[in-house]
Amino acid sequence: MQEFTLEDLKQTLRAIAGQDEQVDLDGDIHDTPLADLGYDSLALLELASHLEKRYSVAIPDDAVHEMETPRAAIAYINARLAESAEAA
Amino acid sequence: MSSASADARGGAVVTGLGVVAPTGIGVEAHWQAVLAGKSGIERITRFDPTPYPVRLAGEVPGFTAKERVPGRLIPQTDHWTHMALAAAEAALADAGAEPAGLPEYEMAVVTSSSSGGTEFGQHEMERLYTKGSSWVSAYQSIGWFYAATTGQVSIRHGMRGPCGVLCTEQAGGLDALGQARRLLRSDARLVVSGGTDASLCPYGLTAQLATGLLSTEQDPGRAYLPFDAAACGYLPGEGGAILVVERDSEDGYGVIAGYAAGFDPRPGSSRPPALRGVIERALADAGLTPRDVDVVFADAAGVPELDLTEARAVCEVFGDRGTPVTAPKTLTGRLYGGGAALDVATALLAIRDDVIPHTAGPTRLAAGCDIDLVLGEPRDTPVRNALVLARGHGGFAAAMVLSDINYRK
Repeated sequence: MQEFTLEDLKQTLRAIAGQDEQVDLDGDIHDTPLADLGYDSLALLELASHLEKRYSVAIPDDAVHEMETPRAAIAYINARLAESAEAA
Repeated sequence: MSSASADARGGAVVTGLGVVAPTGIGVEAHWQAVLAGKSGIERITRFDPTPYPVRLAGEVPGFTAKERVPGRLIPQTDHWTHMALAAAEAALADAGAEPAGLPEYEMAVVTSSSSGGTEFGQHEMERLYTKGSSWVSAYQSIGWFYAATTGQVSIRHGMRGPCGVLCTEQAGGLDALGQARRLLRSDARLVVSGGTDASLCPYGLTAQLATGLLSTEQDPGRAYLPFDAAACGYLPGEGGAILVVERDSEDGYGVIAGYAAGFDPRPGSSRPPALRGVIERALADAGLTPRDVDVVFADAAGVPELDLTEARAVCEVFGDRGTPVTAPKTLTGRLYGGGAALDVATALLAIRDDVIPHTAGPTRLAAGCDIDLVLGEPRDTPVRNALVLARGHGGFAAAMVLSDINYRK
């Protein structure tokens, strides 16, 4: 099964929602709320939509509430990837 | 005549200018291009215009969002908002204003927009009909709509007072500044106003073509000739100006001394067009007579019938070949939501430097256009009061009087 990493998350967020010059994404940001990193609810919706298409997994809009920090987002996405691998 | 009493309600002083226009990025680049008659009109490069009847436009040269707009906002907003964000930052710096140190509810943002985020919207619509709805960006929800620029400027600079957007086509720049002045008379102390527009994409241009007013002439020097016997429509452009307006500032480019807006009667009505009355009410609002006005910045539609209507209104108020008239917008094309805001910026620079920029292009006035159109080269003359006129497609009309700050004291 492919694993979704912090590096994947950062690359994806930069590509779909840009990056706030005031924010350093290279530090330990695992538990920093994504909102504090400059990514609001629209950015998370955009993230969910992007990941759905990239990994062919279903991510409902409500899932953004389970992705409030990078750690939570990565865990959520890996759980979906694992489900989809089992199903296959 | 000096009219100190007109300021009793609180003067609206323009303290900062930010220009992003086909004539250049930055106030001085724009102003030097205007005085030199250097045109920003060229063949459209943002898309291939070959299949369209209009292939010329005023594009902002060398504008790169990456250098001028916060990285997070680039994928979230349209080109028109990018230009306004850059111009707003420049205007605030020019004003020496530091929003972080001012009460957030006493600062507001009021801009004009005519077409919203057209290019952004086209891109997302293409994704919709080629790939499906799940491919449409979540940012379409905030990127396309008319208030997007106002909202992004408001968020970026922490301005939480009464914000808004005016959508009155080419008259919007004046209507936004009129609203800014209204807010300064209540609780606002600083308003970021003016506007930009950018509709140079296939969807945007096609929407503009529907009016039938654009010029299909392919020679850049002959395509937009307002008031000329060979007038054949106008060219579109992108960009505009953002202005910082503050209450009772001691220093600044000038004062918004008078403003009025109106709407034309329905087609076929026996009532006259709105423009003359709008001019008269703006002058009355400023406490000025026609003789006090040193220059008129014309709407200059470039459409024979509309030119004649404007020339008549100007002559009825100022007399035949009375007050000098100019239209530097022949260098940029009509910028819609950004057009009148840029004219106001240019008028304030004319006041600052006591010179009337000329109208590049026209050579022979059309029959009935008995105005003193400044042609050939700029005219050195004291400019204390300037009148800016603007009309928006569909019937909008507005007039604004700008005065030298010392003239109003």
